[in-house]
Amino acid sequence: MKIVVILKQVPDTETKIKVKADGSGIETDGIKYVINPYDEIAVEEGLRLKEKLADDSTVTIISVGPARVIESIRTALAMGADDAVHVNDPALEGGDSLATARVLTKVIKDHGFDIIFAGKQAVDLDQAQVPPAVAELLDIPHVNTVAKFELAADKTKATVSRRIEGGDEVIDVTLPALLTCEKGLNEPRYASLPGIMKAKKKPVKTVTLAELGLEANQVGAAGSHVKILKWLPIPERSPGKILKGMETEAAVKELVRLLREEAKVI
Amino acid sequence: MIDFKLTEEQLALQQTARKFAQTEMAPNAAHHDQTGEFPRSIIENAWKVGLLNESIPAEYGGLGLDGVSACILTEELAAGCAGMTTSMMVNTLGQTPVLVAGTQAQIEKWIVPFTQEFKFAAFCLTEPSSGSDVASMHTTAKKVGDKYVLNGRKCFITNGGVADVFTVFATLDPAKSHRGICAFVVSADTPGVSAGKKEDKMGQRASNTTDVIFEEAAIPEENLLGAEGGGFKIAMKTLDRTRPAIGALAVGLARSAYEHSVKYAKERNAFGMPIAMFQAIQFMLADMAKDIEAPRLLTWQSAWMVDQGMNASKYSSFAKCFSTDAAMRITTDAVQIYGGYGYSKEYPVEKLMRDAKLLQIYEGTNQIQRMVIAREIFKES
Repeated sequence: MKIVVILKQVPDTETKIKVKADGSGIETDGIKYVINPYDEIAVEEGLRLKEKLADDSTVTIISVGPARVIESIRTALAMGADDAVHVNDPALEGGDSLATARVLTKVIKDHGFDIIFAGKQAVDLDQAQVPPAVAELLDIPHVNTVAKFELAADKTKATVSRRIEGGDEVIDVTLPALLTCEKGLNEPRYASLPGIMKAKKKPVKTVTLAELGLEANQVGAAGSHVKILKWLPIPERSPGKILKGMETEAAVKELVRLLREEAKVI
Repeated sequence: MIDFKLTEEQLALQQTARKFAQTEMAPNAAHHDQTGEFPRSIIENAWKVGLLNESIPAEYGGLGLDGVSACILTEELAAGCAGMTTSMMVNTLGQTPVLVAGTQAQIEKWIVPFTQEFKFAAFCLTEPSSGSDVASMHTTAKKVGDKYVLNGRKCFITNGGVADVFTVFATLDPAKSHRGICAFVVSADTPGVSAGKKEDKMGQRASNTTDVIFEEAAIPEENLLGAEGGGFKIAMKTLDRTRPAIGALAVGLARSAYEHSVKYAKERNAFGMPIAMFQAIQFMLADMAKDIEAPRLLTWQSAWMVDQGMNASKYSSFAKCFSTDAAMRITTDAVQIYGGYGYSKEYPVEKLMRDAKLLQIYEGTNQIQRMVIAREIFKES
């Protein structure tokens, strides 16, 4: 099977995000980038499927982004993926979810696919739109937030389940399909040291838009419907209020009044 | 030219080691410190991720990591738990005599299995009455037919109770001083070889430290490393190679103390503000920060010299001595910043202080390091 994993590089979840003074973006100085944690789960699921099949199946990583993205691609290769395609073109900047999905779709079509894994969302913008858009553009089914995955013996479909309130929703999906991965689906492995050494020699194809045959007006800011106007820092929380020096009964009364009239929560 | 930029590969192994240290080692460090229980399953997981035996050359199926990369790796692990890291590193220490002095057949027989299965090695040099004064050792090797028969007692042997393979130093004749010393590779299941009492240590309690006893233990003659009488040189050459990593261990341990201290200083309030606002605390933190950076560079430099095949005795002594003294100061100050809580076992920093003390003692005390440095100074002038 041709197993494809869509991977995005995001700032480390522990990064303290600072918005630029002019609101045009975030300060990128000193930011450590990592594989989007949900995409790591997608990589792991792809690898587990390949290991289970134990045939000539391959796991291919596909990622869009600047040169730094190669570090995350190498990590996925060190975990055990076979090869990767990295789309790196300055014209991609400012692309919305649909524009990015167009690029990924073209790469995936060119490469061929039997199943596609992606993270359920990227933890930077949390839009959760790119993978479903890719599935729509490829005209294949997709299931989001998959917490369990089982390939049917004949490999023409899979049984997946999603957590819903009060239980699990079990879905049969015909392949090829795109699945987005939820926490709990698996525990991603470490990029082992022998894996890191081997990853150096694994093929990573870097492609530009021209090589993909895409026009600049289909991607990046030019090909986007959504434009980010301004970035704003989260407003600082005002300090809590402590009612002091009052009898308990009066304090409770005052608290209830404040919750109702000032905080407007009850 | 000088370039401090890590390679893509070094960054990747640093990331893996850091993640492993944070998720597998650090959360369990206090438990193994309190109980002294050996963290076998954690180290086995580390082996699966490829964090052990890093210097076995690629042609023998190992990672063949250079010394600088090994230091980067060690620093990360030590930030998780110094005791566990010591046990892990001693695999390399035990293997190094075979790698520096062994024949191809010896390397294939004794080293290659470490790349295929989870095993421990140990390095048996120290004796109850001979630590720094290696040449005065009492463990004897007597040639009987086609075997060497070993008799004696080694002590403070890391992995002594868990190792599958020992490299053992013994003398053909104590009167010959260092010229009588031989190095052997010994399987732990050899009749007459046993582990003695386990030390109840002040720190690094996760590592297994025992006596190793040899009673009429007959070793095949092909287990001799190098030539008869070549053992002292093999031991010194081994320690020159492994010493930079002790520096890296100290840097990792100190970094952990520093990170705890910065966090605590921002959280703890006194006189109406975080103690981080006070210059007395700031100065301690500033000293910690600089005393982590400088030894890291010295450590990398000495490891780089070993990698280049240069004589690194003086520099690896600089690195070992400087880094471990710094780690002792930094961990002591960490306890000071935490105040009363620092002295309590409920907080993590007193363990770091106890762990640090051993670094000034093992792999050549810091006094011996200064003797090595002085000897090199006068050789040069």
